[in-house]
Amino acid sequence: MKPLLKIENISKSFTLHNINRYIKACNEVSLVLNKGEFVGITGKSGSGKSTILKSIYRSYLPEKGDIYYDSEKFGYINLYKATERQIIYLRKYEIGYVSQFLKIMPRTTAREVVENAVLEMGYDEIYAKVEAEAILAHFQLDKELWDSYPIIFSGGEKLRLNVAAAMIKKPRLLLLDEPTASLDIASKEKVRSLIEKLKRDGTTMLGIFHDIEFMHGLCDKQYNMEERRLREKKLVPTEMKEASQLSDLRKTI
Amino acid sequence: MQDFEKKVLSVKNITRQFGEGCEYCNEDKSNLNRNYCSHCYTIYACRDVSFDLYEGEILGIVGESGSGKSTLVRSLYFEQEVAKGEVYLFSHKEGKENIFNTTSQQKRYLRDYSLGMVYQNPYLGLQMKFSAISNIAQKLIAAGSRNVGQISSCANELLDVVKIEEFRRKDAPSTFSGGMQQRVQIAKALSNNPPVLFLDEVTTGLDLSVQANVLDLIRKIQRDLNISMIIVSHDLGVIKMLANRTLVMLEGCVIESGLTDQILEDPQQPYTQQLVHSLL
Repeated sequence: MKPLLKIENISKSFTLHNINRYIKACNEVSLVLNKGEFVGITGKSGSGKSTILKSIYRSYLPEKGDIYYDSEKFGYINLYKATERQIIYLRKYEIGYVSQFLKIMPRTTAREVVENAVLEMGYDEIYAKVEAEAILAHFQLDKELWDSYPIIFSGGEKLRLNVAAAMIKKPRLLLLDEPTASLDIASKEKVRSLIEKLKRDGTTMLGIFHDIEFMHGLCDKQYNMEERRLREKKLVPTEMKEASQLSDLRKTI
Repeated sequence: MQDFEKKVLSVKNITRQFGEGCEYCNEDKSNLNRNYCSHCYTIYACRDVSFDLYEGEILGIVGESGSGKSTLVRSLYFEQEVAKGEVYLFSHKEGKENIFNTTSQQKRYLRDYSLGMVYQNPYLGLQMKFSAISNIAQKLIAAGSRNVGQISSCANELLDVVKIEEFRRKDAPSTFSGGMQQRVQIAKALSNNPPVLFLDEVTTGLDLSVQANVLDLIRKIQRDLNISMIIVSHDLGVIKMLANRTLVMLEGCVIESGLTDQILEDPQQPYTQQLVHSLL
């Protein structure tokens, strides 16, 4: 079976013209993601984790290397050589991206944010309405908030809305860029249960997380970003035990 | 051909110059001093601009004042004579004829039937002394409608879309607020169901809440009618919200093009970086 996503030796650097600096963000990163897998990336901030996700989503211009993606529409394609139109199509129908910040459109209610995501895919309005309500309820977003603007939401609510808008499209590949940063433990648990559900449904996910205990038991594979390179990390049993103890402790607190 | 790569408009090497040009600048336009030739003082407002516009897509054009954004769009709307270039409109003879080479009668026909334009200044797009509804009727008549009942029902429908209240429709646009005038302009531009719509700085000069209204409207229209649009703006926020792809212009050239979030997050050119860093 072909892997859903295969990253081969990608490098990315930035040239900052105003201060004449050249910054290397990641160096020869390789990664394989099989269908239905959940892979987590950890690492210090600034180590180039997000760069990998943004390179896959093509928010960053390709520089060196190849990213092969097994698409439903285009077959096995190299995302680094795909045309802009193909990327727009893939973003619309196959690849989702959740960042820790919600991109809010002014004067768009939470309900509309989710509905728009469905309408964008070409479904009719009735279907969009039903689906939007289902997913908002699933994410346990307060019903009173559905018709208000997300600008007044708390961080956790914004995040859940953000995840909802990405997940309602049922993407084949979901990129999660620190979806649990700045969340309290209860909200984290909600996101976690959601990720578990998505995983059961067969969504392939690549996520960046800070806390190892969150990833514990969730990830099939773990990578650590060190000196601009990825290293696969084998979870040692003791470490796993410690992590689970820690999370138990947190729960009791 | 698959829907996502269906072209609507294809633009090749548009050059718009003011002046005759000389031996130094006619052949090689890379040695210009900013946008004019230092030998003959010919100004090049657009230099070899090429791009494609696909179905249902919003293409943003950003750049500083004087970079040739408006010149480009106005050339495409046949408002200004173009020195050189090829433009293929795929709803016209399946894109086989360069529409810059057609007769002026044909150009007028194309403008009435398959192009729409919204200006920054409503005085350019609307007849201020006629009522809002007759402004739209005017364009419908130009596009070939003759049945009065049909025209008025169609015009009313369009004004419903842009949310102009019923009791204001017989008033002249000169009595409207800026946002309302802009919305009437949009209704007028939409009246002939154009496959391509040009929006030239539509939200500049409007206050934020009105601006949000107009942008909402544009987004809704784009989604419901699947019209391709070219949006010219120097406001990166507008582009960020609406455009799928973006061209960055400087001194008459397209210096960078790409997906909008790629332009914003990973700008390559010094000017683009400067522009993005200026975003509030």
